[in-house]
Amino acid sequence: MRTSLRIFFIGGMASYRALFHWLTPWILIPTFVVAPMFELLFFAFVGKDAGVGDNTFYLMGNGISSAAIPCLFAMGNTIANERYTGTLGLLLTSPARRLPLFLGRALPVILNGFCVSVVALGLGALLLHVSIPAGDWLPILAVTAVASFSCTGLGLVAAAIGLRVRETATLSNIVLGVLLVFTGVNVAVNVLPQWMQSVAQVLPMTHGIEAARELAAGRSLEDVAPLVRDEILIGLVFVAIGFAMLVWFEHDSRHHATLETA
Amino acid sequence: MRVLRLVGVTWWLQLKMRSRSSFDGILSIVYPLFFATMIFFMYGQHGDQEALVAASVGAACMGVWSAVSTTASTTLQGERRQGTLELLVASPTSFPLTVVPATISMGTIGLWSLVVTLLWGRFAFGISISFAQPVVFVVAAVVLAFSLGLVGFLEAVASVRYRAAWAIGSLLEFPVWLICGFLVPLDALPDWVRPIAYLLPPTWGVAAVRDAALGGNAWPDIALCLVSGAAYAGIGWLLARRLVDSARMRATLALT
Repeated sequence: MRTSLRIFFIGGMASYRALFHWLTPWILIPTFVVAPMFELLFFAFVGKDAGVGDNTFYLMGNGISSAAIPCLFAMGNTIANERYTGTLGLLLTSPARRLPLFLGRALPVILNGFCVSVVALGLGALLLHVSIPAGDWLPILAVTAVASFSCTGLGLVAAAIGLRVRETATLSNIVLGVLLVFTGVNVAVNVLPQWMQSVAQVLPMTHGIEAARELAAGRSLEDVAPLVRDEILIGLVFVAIGFAMLVWFEHDSRHHATLETA
Repeated sequence: MRVLRLVGVTWWLQLKMRSRSSFDGILSIVYPLFFATMIFFMYGQHGDQEALVAASVGAACMGVWSAVSTTASTTLQGERRQGTLELLVASPTSFPLTVVPATISMGTIGLWSLVVTLLWGRFAFGISISFAQPVVFVVAAVVLAFSLGLVGFLEAVASVRYRAAWAIGSLLEFPVWLICGFLVPLDALPDWVRPIAYLLPPTWGVAAVRDAALGGNAWPDIALCLVSGAAYAGIGWLLARRLVDSARMRATLALT
């Protein structure tokens, strides 16, 4: 048990520091602070030009979804960069239990996604002059943490696919694009065609963004509890799918000796 | 003649290589479609066909910049990683002449993105553009891609000493989309933004493409796009020579 906890916490943090190459101010600030700000401003201006949505709508959508950048890319890196540094084989031949090994890598990513979202929401509110009562921020931050968790679950699935597909950066970008279109970041889900609305219901972020918008409109945490519950459930399902895929692909790559051929 | 051949062959080689890359080729075409889709939904909500058509042209142009901005900043990093940067610098051919065709090839991939986005708008969203001046539209689109390739050249050279150059490229994508009038008219932006926009070739290129598609005199904008693109290439040329000289003197080309 103690070993598993060490692998989960210390191993997860060590892996994050070693494999996530963005931990330098030269990358961190442009990628996690400035770029999400310009994305938010871009869509807020486009929304104004198109005559749809208000600043709060775009702040909540883009603020929450900015967590997806680290949640998808950092999780993808957990496999891709192990391969790049030549340590993937060593990792998968280690006797460490897989549950703490892979889930431990997700914890720092969730924190990272949460921090990116908080900065985006705070700075975005200042830039767009969005006024939200101080008391409403705490539940919004709670929803942000939940959305980061669920999105990291999707990132775990992307990481697992990284055992089969070499181009994880391309894959993560496409997954990010799908999230942006489907989850109501800039276009309300009820405006989308029916089939897209159905897909949106099973994707991370959809319920989190909706909950954050409700909270910003003055609803209470109890009012949005079903949305938060759904977001957590979706996150848990994706974590389970991602972990199962990791285990299966690892097994399959041993069986067919294909670990380095992806 | 020798220079033209060098540029032409290198451009074609780079275009073939990038077209086969999932990141530089396929993603450069697919990724802008996600943004175009959101934009079509946003402008389509009020059923204003005129606004939707204008947005479709702007969204199509976004892909050209998208294809250049991130990849241009990583061009020389890629050469460094492959161990070919020193060879390029040491070759008797002028160094900028080996980089310019690479960044123009990115603009060319951006043209594919432009076409695919227009087709996506036509067939998935029913956005029909009548193209008031089809020939001028093609000229304007090619000039836009060429000029953005020249901007990409400056970006590539300027980021050669920056290990995390790709972060610059990603960073530049949205600001240029925002302030160069791809979708939002310059009049809707704060006054202080306009002088910056006028210094950027995409502002003129996008205006030219839009005028050619929707009816208007595109030629002045085409000329300004070319001239401003050439100015960026000139600055890039001088900077490249200065940086190469500096790297030779201090032996810092490899950044090790």
